[in-house]
Amino acid sequence: MRCSSSKPTSEKVDGFTRKSVRKAQRQRKSQGSSQYRTQSAPVELSPLPQLKDTPSAEQQELFMQKLNQCCVLFDFLDSVTDLKSKEIKRATLNELVEYVSTYRGVLVESAYPDITNMICTNIFRALPPSDNPDFDPEEDEPTLEVSWPHMQLVYEFLLRFLENPDFQPSIAKRHIDQKFVLQLLELFDSEDPRERDFLKTILHRIYGKFLGLRAFIRKQINNIFLQFIYETEHFNGVAELLEILGSIINGFALPLKAEHKQFLMKVLIPLHTAKSLALFHAQLAYCVVQFLEKDPTLTEPVIRGLLKVWPKTCSQKEVMFLGEIEEILDVVEPTQFKKVQEPLFKQISKCVANAHFQVAERALYFWNNDYILSLIEENIDKILPIMFGSLYRISKEHWNPTIVALVYNVLKTLMEMNCTLFDELTSSYKAERQREKKKEQERDELWKKLDQFKLGNAPLVQNNSHSIPSVQNNNNNNNNNNSNNNESQEATSTPSDKDLAVTVEVEDSTPCAK
Amino acid sequence: SSQQHQEAVHHCASSRCGEDSHGKLYKNDTETQLYSLKMYSIIHIFYNTIYDEDEVLLALAEQLGNFTMLVGGPEYVHCLLPPLESLATVEETVVRDKAVESLRKISQEHSPVDLEVHFEPLVKRLASGDWFTSRTSACGLFSVCYPRVSSTVKAEIRQHFRTLCSDDTPMVRRAAASKLGEFAKVLEPEYVKSDIISLFTALASDEQDSVRLLAVEACVSIATLLPQEDLETLVMPTLRQAAEDKSWRVRYMVADKFSELQKAVGSEITKNDLVPAFQNLLKDCEAEVRAAAANKVKEFCENLPEDNREQIIMTHILPCVKELVSDTNQHVKSALASVIMGLSTILGKDNTIEHLLPLFLAQLKDECPEVRLNIISNLDCVNEVIGIRQLSQSLLPAIVELAEDAKWRVRLAIIEYMPLLAGQLGVEFFDEKLNTLCMAWLIDHVYAIREAATCNLMKLVEKFGAEWAQNTIVPKVLGMANDPNYLHRMTTLFCINALSEACGQEITTKQMLPVVLKMSNDQVANVRFNVAKSLQKIGPVLDSNALQTEVKPVLEKLATDSDMDVKYFAQEAISGMFDFLLSTKLLNFNSLNFIFLLFFLCSFGPSITIPNQRLQDGICHGTLSNQTLKVIACLSQLHTFTSSAASSFVLCGKNTK
Repeated sequence: MRCSSSKPTSEKVDGFTRKSVRKAQRQRKSQGSSQYRTQSAPVELSPLPQLKDTPSAEQQELFMQKLNQCCVLFDFLDSVTDLKSKEIKRATLNELVEYVSTYRGVLVESAYPDITNMICTNIFRALPPSDNPDFDPEEDEPTLEVSWPHMQLVYEFLLRFLENPDFQPSIAKRHIDQKFVLQLLELFDSEDPRERDFLKTILHRIYGKFLGLRAFIRKQINNIFLQFIYETEHFNGVAELLEILGSIINGFALPLKAEHKQFLMKVLIPLHTAKSLALFHAQLAYCVVQFLEKDPTLTEPVIRGLLKVWPKTCSQKEVMFLGEIEEILDVVEPTQFKKVQEPLFKQISKCVANAHFQVAERALYFWNNDYILSLIEENIDKILPIMFGSLYRISKEHWNPTIVALVYNVLKTLMEMNCTLFDELTSSYKAERQREKKKEQERDELWKKLDQFKLGNAPLVQNNSHSIPSVQNNNNNNNNNNSNNNESQEATSTPSDKDLAVTVEVEDSTPCAK
Repeated sequence: SSQQHQEAVHHCASSRCGEDSHGKLYKNDTETQLYSLKMYSIIHIFYNTIYDEDEVLLALAEQLGNFTMLVGGPEYVHCLLPPLESLATVEETVVRDKAVESLRKISQEHSPVDLEVHFEPLVKRLASGDWFTSRTSACGLFSVCYPRVSSTVKAEIRQHFRTLCSDDTPMVRRAAASKLGEFAKVLEPEYVKSDIISLFTALASDEQDSVRLLAVEACVSIATLLPQEDLETLVMPTLRQAAEDKSWRVRYMVADKFSELQKAVGSEITKNDLVPAFQNLLKDCEAEVRAAAANKVKEFCENLPEDNREQIIMTHILPCVKELVSDTNQHVKSALASVIMGLSTILGKDNTIEHLLPLFLAQLKDECPEVRLNIISNLDCVNEVIGIRQLSQSLLPAIVELAEDAKWRVRLAIIEYMPLLAGQLGVEFFDEKLNTLCMAWLIDHVYAIREAATCNLMKLVEKFGAEWAQNTIVPKVLGMANDPNYLHRMTTLFCINALSEACGQEITTKQMLPVVLKMSNDQVANVRFNVAKSLQKIGPVLDSNALQTEVKPVLEKLATDSDMDVKYFAQEAISGMFDFLLSTKLLNFNSLNFIFLLFFLCSFGPSITIPNQRLQDGICHGTLSNQTLKVIACLSQLHTFTSSAASSFVLCGKNTK
């Protein structure tokens, strides 16, 4: 049920989270809660009179009583016990929600401690261990909070409390303090999307109303993200936090503080490396674009940052990156564009030539964007030479007909932009290809010669039990011993043995994927 | 390209090493200095040109830890510090950790003076860095330089550590908490009391549970450092609090480290404090915690003070254990099942029979196969104390049920315990109750089970002897040779492969071989080529007469089979047999046996490839008598050897002359 199988200690970061392990998991709806811990005898609730039926002089007193009544917690894992009391609490919470949202003048100063106490008791809890240690939010059903019938109303109450026109942050800040916020942020790791949705709105309200907590909230979100990126790779509420940040960034004053720029470069850009990027990429891209709209001079570092963490093996992520680049290019200033065009289009040219057709297709769609097209046209002399090789090659070689058709259109557009340059590139490309072919031939011949050399020597080495021809020897050792490799090739010196060295090295390049 | 860079770094390291060990390049100090300067600039070039590839940085961080000799020895080792310092500040955790590891390593190569002049300032810089990465790295470096610096510097280091323990970034506090135990160990006892305890208490009540749980680990080392009388006041309040922490992760950590904690705090505190704490963990509301605690039941009981161990277990632990047997969570139950049998040795025969046996029996009937399996796999502990007979009544249905479980992995697991069970239950019980099961597995529809079943038979025969095999197993196995299902017929062959050695020559030649030979006429090619394989396998057990008169003709026939695979395996078998014969000690190169052997092999005709290397080895051995050589020469003219074997024979002939 709820217990992970034993894990080797070496794999633990803080004892509970495993990095980068993903398994196909059984699908099962499950519910959990770590809230109910009291082992004392159950408390029987008795219904109090309705607030609306009470004279206004006594309402405050009754309000407090009801708040206290709602501090009693029930075990929802056991669905048959305390049914009556559970129902009383639910009705009371409903009444409280209505009371704070419709009645004026109910938030007197003396009510604040009881209100926050009721909220804290109900929502702050250690989240239960995940049912499924390799929980994949994309595929698995989330564990839902069992006490949601009550919890939902408490969240509702908190929200109405914060939104009440009589709400006074100056009084509330004694209770809604750093500790409160910290506990609230921890709850964002909840697997229950309904809960995270409430938390998102609530944190946003708190950020709006408590100026003194803003820096603290930003810093803690920072910490959560850094821990997510570099330590645990697991946090359920990244998308929600990013959504809040999106609107926060929108409100940043100019010029941007160093703290904010650091957040962009050291937190938001590295967030792109997360394996679960798909879950929050839309929000993340929105944040990044918000930053660039605020301060266009950040374009260059951001683009270079994205190129640095560009996915090497994950095509799905590459498509997302291309989407983000397009969003950025949509708002880029032409002067900023010039600064990054070369490295950027080198990457785009690789994407266009990607064997995965979705990646190639996504990159080629850039040419449907009028603004990007105008930027390319302006800088055609720089961009065309970078793009030409890939485009020309895949127009002949790509396996997917849709891609080939798209490439033809792109080539046509580019040709119309600068016909002379296009012709020059075509001819130089052909010359280049011929040169390559010639090299290839020479290489083949060299290998043949080497083979002959080996056969010619065969009688000489037969007596020697360790007589393995030297060429094979090179191949076997080239992983760890380059110097040896070069030496022995010099020994069998023939005109183009440098080419040989190149082919041998290229054979085993497997880039380490992020 | 990162790969190439990485190789280049490795290459640089290795080639320099070569130069160093071969050449003894440096005659005097100036040369050394020049060289280390060169190395330093090389490092810098690397560092500045390829700084943005994490994989390269990782390799660099690792290699720099081995560079001491390359920069001119311990005297110059400090010039490795700047690049490692910047590597210790990068964001990528693995790079940073590797850099810290290398720094720790080369810190030992610094002289005490260098340590204060170069290393310690680096630690300070890292400890007061702006970005959290440098501060987390600093946490790992305090303990390596502390023992070797002057007392003023020591005071500074303690101060820095204190500061980092209350850092406002949780990442740094986690790093500090994880190094707290290690740092405490190098501190003077008085500072352990004055400094470490307050830090420990603070970290153990941190607002983040990820920090608090690391303090539990530190608790083990700290408790071992303090005198017994101080533990109660200095450590226990914190430990008690951790055992009742509101976060299940912290409680889990306490449960997970319980045996270590128990040893660290000693028997008196264990009796008074840890026993109730352990009871609570066994009753925890989170299954994760209960499972971790259940795993420790045996160890905890073993380590209890002997004078009233039994009483504590009986009155405090056993009631909790009883509840866990019917826990709602299967992981808890199976964790318990994997250790519960160990209690019987601690509690002795009477208690086991009275109290534990009902629990074992209950678990043997558990709905979860893992629980049953864990009990069965630990039967040996109980066997020592009360003998397995007590359990056998319940054992049997449990085994039967597992043996027929729908999941093949469960069936596989129970098969693996069969030989052990057979040994403990004895041959009579086995024949009566389990033999049918073992035979039923042979016709399981999953290959892995059939395979395990054959292996199981082999182990059983090893245990019960050839005679038993002949009476109980062999007839049944051989009977399957006439099964209409070719998979079952093949199982016969696999069983023969496994059993021939254990059964010995007599049974193999008289009973098994005829069946195998008969199967060479099977309609299914798979069976036929498995016949070839089997003949090769059982060849070593057969006598040479049988080989010559019975095996040889069959293999020859199979070698001309219409099916390509059958042909191939028949030839393999023939040459494999040759291989075997050459390698056995039966074979004396000077004896006539060898000549007969060669005759025998040659009589297979030219279609057979003979492993030349073997032959060459044999011939080149140099012990061949001239007579033998003559025979070989004779044979080689018959063209039964391949050409190169013949040529090596010629070579040998020259050698012997």
